[in-house]
Amino acid sequence: MDLTALARRREVVLLVLIALLLAAVGARAPVFLTPASLGDVLTDTAILLMLACGQMAVILTRGIDLSVASNMAFTGMCTALLSKYHPELPIAVTLALAPLIGFCLGAVNGALIAWVKIPPIVVTLGTLSAYRGMIFILSGGASVVTHEFSRPYLDFPRQSLFGVSALLWIALVVCAGMAVFLNFSRTGRSLYAVGGNPLAARYVGIGIERCQFLVYCLSGAIAGLCGYLWVSRYAIAFTEVAFGYELTVIAACVIGGVSVAGGIGSVSGCLLGGLFLGIIGNALPVIQVSPFWQMAISGFVILCAVIVNSRSEARKGKLILRETEPPVPAPLQVRPETPS
Amino acid sequence: MRRLSSAVFRVAAAFLVATITVCGAASISQAQDKVRIAFLVKNLGNRFFDAVRDGGTEAAKELGNVEIIYVGPTSATAEGQIEIINSLMAQRVNAIAISANDTNALIPATKRAMDRGIKVVSFDSAIASEGRIIQVDPSETKLIGAKQVQMMADAMGGEGEFAILSAASTMTNQNNWIAAMKEELKDPKYAKMKLVTTAYGDDQSDKSYRETLGLFKSYPNLKGIISPTSIGIVAAAKAVTDQNLVGKVYVTGLGLPSEMKAAVEAGATKSFAIWNPIDLGYTTTQIAYNLIKGTVKGVPGDEVPAGRMGKVKVGPDGVVVMAEPFTFDKSNVAEYAKVF
Repeated sequence: MDLTALARRREVVLLVLIALLLAAVGARAPVFLTPASLGDVLTDTAILLMLACGQMAVILTRGIDLSVASNMAFTGMCTALLSKYHPELPIAVTLALAPLIGFCLGAVNGALIAWVKIPPIVVTLGTLSAYRGMIFILSGGASVVTHEFSRPYLDFPRQSLFGVSALLWIALVVCAGMAVFLNFSRTGRSLYAVGGNPLAARYVGIGIERCQFLVYCLSGAIAGLCGYLWVSRYAIAFTEVAFGYELTVIAACVIGGVSVAGGIGSVSGCLLGGLFLGIIGNALPVIQVSPFWQMAISGFVILCAVIVNSRSEARKGKLILRETEPPVPAPLQVRPETPS
Repeated sequence: MRRLSSAVFRVAAAFLVATITVCGAASISQAQDKVRIAFLVKNLGNRFFDAVRDGGTEAAKELGNVEIIYVGPTSATAEGQIEIINSLMAQRVNAIAISANDTNALIPATKRAMDRGIKVVSFDSAIASEGRIIQVDPSETKLIGAKQVQMMADAMGGEGEFAILSAASTMTNQNNWIAAMKEELKDPKYAKMKLVTTAYGDDQSDKSYRETLGLFKSYPNLKGIISPTSIGIVAAAKAVTDQNLVGKVYVTGLGLPSEMKAAVEAGATKSFAIWNPIDLGYTTTQIAYNLIKGTVKGVPGDEVPAGRMGKVKVGPDGVVVMAEPFTFDKSNVAEYAKVF
């Protein structure tokens, strides 16, 4: 009860911030608030939203997936080469294969973290480089460019259904699926327990390893799907696709109120965090300030959002402490020993 | 992180270097009486340098008894190039033509090579004057700037608003070209053309695309975009096509034919330019051959016979400047797309 009220509050704060941001941008460049322009922002942010949802599941279990951008780039290159050499393959094959390749890459992360017990940051930092290196081996360093793709490969995400592009529909399905999974499925709920209190989770019989493995697979599969969508959107696959993008994804989660200490976070928060970043990214070019200022402004605004957000959490947190009897210190161990 | 991944590239492709060095050594022992010219490029797997080699091979065929050796490190580092220079000295090649990864770092190695009678020529990216005999510049800043403004004027009919989409705001060559464009714009024949702004896409597809969308919103009357970077020009042309602005906004700048073929065919780009790597390789080979044969010394004022390129003049500081960048349009882009 307390927890949901808290979550709702954080999202309200973020929603107000987004409204303020839109108003500020609109005052300087009214053209930004036209429906067509806002549609562009949504389409542009769709990939980030999906990735943030996948990343959130990982962070919920006290993990982190730094390999998402490399995974995306590798899967994107795989699908691009497939489209170049087998243009006759139907788009459904690409759509099925992309998440599958991403899933496999994610499974490698998951297995190393859950069963070999290597810290997530070490594993995914390694695979971040490894997966990007694999692109170089796969493509020989060459790029796949616009005219080498098959028509359906490039056209599919832009096709519209009820006036909304396929890219947005996919994002909608992925995010809605994620919300249902986390809120209503037994496994989804147990992810919160694994991150919130691993010791307690193990005592109530939750398979921590299974949960960890699952979230990296999930994050990988989403990254794979996004890899295809990214390459198709920009019509070029090369070794530096989405270089450093994992930081943007993690930023979206943090702004959206996902706690890096695990156990706290919601899909709606993530979506708002992603949208916030998307709006900034799209607004900066139209408000006509010097590019030298743009980076500073973007960093400052993000910092403000995080500060306001964390303040609201802090106040709420103190209240909980006063109401509970003896304040129990949170367990410091990230991965407790198996009780024998 | 860039460091880490580049380390992985190096390891992953170390086999490639070994293979190529072995191949080079093997082919050398067969042809002792031939004139051997080594092309040492910035990095392997780069279509631009592959085309330079093709130009060199063309000149070698014309000259008869010349053999071209094509080598380079797998990632663009000066250390990798120094190692290769040492191995080329051991193989006793007659000349080395280098596109340098560092202006100064290669000098000790190339000086040693020159002491042993090997003629060292740099092309594309120069070595400082004491470390080589001649530098072949594919073009010069002023010509590159002027060419792009001319192409923009052709595409938009000589009047209206246009913008520049650059890479990062700190890149020296980009800023020099932009300064040259502004200089060219002072010519009264461009009086009706107005440069509205310079946007920076940081040589990333997504940011360049977003910046382009921002330009459309901020400047509804925009008629053209000049992008002097191969990633920016592809993203800008894709954005023009996606937003159904073909025929209203024209994109031009510096790009590779293989990456720009689709944009030219879609009509988003009428023409674009890049220095011709084939001519560059051809001329460099001709110059190196003449230095080996002793027909010229390579001092300023010399005129070097260069086959189909006519006579090229050695300017101050031993620099040979070729010509204005080569223009690509509907008539030739498909043909060159197969090359680089």
